[in-house]
Amino acid sequence: MVAGKTLYEKIWDDHVVASPQGEPTLLYIDLHLIHEVTSPQAFEGLRLNTRGVRRPDLTLATADHNVPTDPLSTPILDPISRRQLDALDENCKEFGITVFPRGHENQGIVHVIGPELGVTQPGMTIVCGDSHTSTHGAFGALAFGIGTSEVEHVLATQTVPQQKAKTMSVTVDGPTPPDVSAKDIVLAIVGKLGTGGGSGYVIEYRGAAIRALSMEGRMTLCNMSIEAGARAGLVAVDETTIDYLRGRPGVARDDEFDVAAKSWRALVSDDDAVFDAEITLNGADLVPYVTWGTNPAQVVALDGVVPSPADTDDADEKNSIERALSYMDLAPGTPLRSIPVDVVFIGSCTNSRIEDLRAAAHVVRDHRVRPGVRALVVPGSHRVKKQAELEGLDQVFLAAGFEWREPGCSMCLGMNPDQLAPGQRCASTSNRNFEGRQGRGGRTHLVSPVVAAATAIMGRLASPEEVGR
Amino acid sequence: MKPVRVIEGRAVPLGRSDVDTDQIIPSEWLKRVERSGFGRGLFSEWRDDTTFVLNQPQYAGATILLAGARFGTGSSREHAVWALMDYGFRAVIAPSFGDIFRNNSSKQGFVTVQLGGDDVEELNQFVKNDPSRLMVVDVERLCVEVPEVGWQRSFTLDPMTQERLLQGWDDIELSLRRVEGIANYEATHATPSLEGVFDDLGHARYA
Repeated sequence: MVAGKTLYEKIWDDHVVASPQGEPTLLYIDLHLIHEVTSPQAFEGLRLNTRGVRRPDLTLATADHNVPTDPLSTPILDPISRRQLDALDENCKEFGITVFPRGHENQGIVHVIGPELGVTQPGMTIVCGDSHTSTHGAFGALAFGIGTSEVEHVLATQTVPQQKAKTMSVTVDGPTPPDVSAKDIVLAIVGKLGTGGGSGYVIEYRGAAIRALSMEGRMTLCNMSIEAGARAGLVAVDETTIDYLRGRPGVARDDEFDVAAKSWRALVSDDDAVFDAEITLNGADLVPYVTWGTNPAQVVALDGVVPSPADTDDADEKNSIERALSYMDLAPGTPLRSIPVDVVFIGSCTNSRIEDLRAAAHVVRDHRVRPGVRALVVPGSHRVKKQAELEGLDQVFLAAGFEWREPGCSMCLGMNPDQLAPGQRCASTSNRNFEGRQGRGGRTHLVSPVVAAATAIMGRLASPEEVGR
Repeated sequence: MKPVRVIEGRAVPLGRSDVDTDQIIPSEWLKRVERSGFGRGLFSEWRDDTTFVLNQPQYAGATILLAGARFGTGSSREHAVWALMDYGFRAVIAPSFGDIFRNNSSKQGFVTVQLGGDDVEELNQFVKNDPSRLMVVDVERLCVEVPEVGWQRSFTLDPMTQERLLQGWDDIELSLRRVEGIANYEATHATPSLEGVFDDLGHARYA
């Protein structure tokens, strides 16, 4: 008997244009998302070779990486940033691509707007010149990041040559304790796999703890697949997926939606499907986590202490811990909860959706940000911002002393003016704690939205119960 | 891209693992709309340190980078490859790589050689003992050699990547030869178009 198929294999098989002997498979791409940073050289390549965009109607652009989050009336002062944003508008105009420039009602972080507009749909292949494209896997879509040469390739051909990945099942048996968020689940997984453990694999997240997550939570989870080295993460379609999509601008209406939903429900791995690797985590063992070092796998429990090079016999690992301790200016054995911060950043394609802001606002309400701490909330999109303002969340944050800013990638990668100064320490809901990621010399601790909120109030790494939530 | 057959040159030992693409080219460099000029940004946060290996005169002009495990993880920025090449590197040898980085490299004719950790460490020692020692990365025979000491190891590349490097083939040109297959796929699959979703100004028609 032939074994069943994994979800990955189902989507893959449905998108094969050609699979010539000895060559990578040519895979059709259903949705190509682009932004200002990794596309200008691709458009230039098209022009140099007098090629066009094959399917502008399957291509969608937004400004996100580079945009300032100051009030929209403020001009963009950095001429290089402005030039790149202008180039995106001009390229999209020239090639007939829908673009959401700064200030547009649909503008926002590319991995926030795709899902909220309902253009991210189950069973699709989705690419973007950004490694966090894995986010869209939450919808049972095969979504992965590509480089600029591949952006050009997809623009020209609507396909991408791909080697088939191996499959990994990561099961989180539930339920998880109430103070454990999707961010904590994925930090635990990245900590377990290491930054290279998922390399060559597509991860499918399974189990009761995953099924219990909202779509926002599943996006947080799939978003950080790349931090374990996996180009894509997947969650099978269920009623949570379908309920999220119903009524969004990009999906079919009425009866047609029901027809689509019926086909989406088949986007699950077969019971007898075989994965190349399987790992299981017990949801009940999970706790809130925080990174202490300079890669996302350097993670410990918030209740824990900073590790020591003496904890390992591996020379490479020892060296890595020593370098990270030095960069982070931390001593082994320091309790995480005793580490003071200068900045708190709530935002990024990992944690800037409405549910994240609601969770953070719940912790912040009626408290004040610790004097001396700069705390900022950067909603993932204008739609998220508008919804949050309807719910009064902006007022909760502002009353507590947070900055309430315009949408964009912002301090996640420090391409716009929102950056850490050298030596500043930040609790951040983003995805990468690499050296200099949030600004040259800046030090990043990755945390969930509720830990970020509590940290802003306490002025040191803290959990919501410390502020009575 | 230009064909790559054999790279012969001196090497520089980076001696660090987990070097992500943010380290290779920090984000402040990503605002450029050109493909050139990124060499100045290569490892820029480390280059202020006069003891950093790229600042040591004995390694000036090296064309092969010896790196640690998981080189090029993180961001998909192809700028990392452009920066390495613009600086003068033509190949990197490491125990493992980030998948997207490795893929991006192959599109630019930048050779990524995966060798065991012990082998990379041996190469590090060779160049530390004698920075002028020549190293050879042979894409045709799929081997790394240090001729002076008779050291040789083979490595693997998938056959298509090897062929593309040797021939200098352009991926897009190759795929466009299958344009009929692409059109046929489109004729038999109903991919949801964005045309009906947004008007000319990008406003959603519904909701």
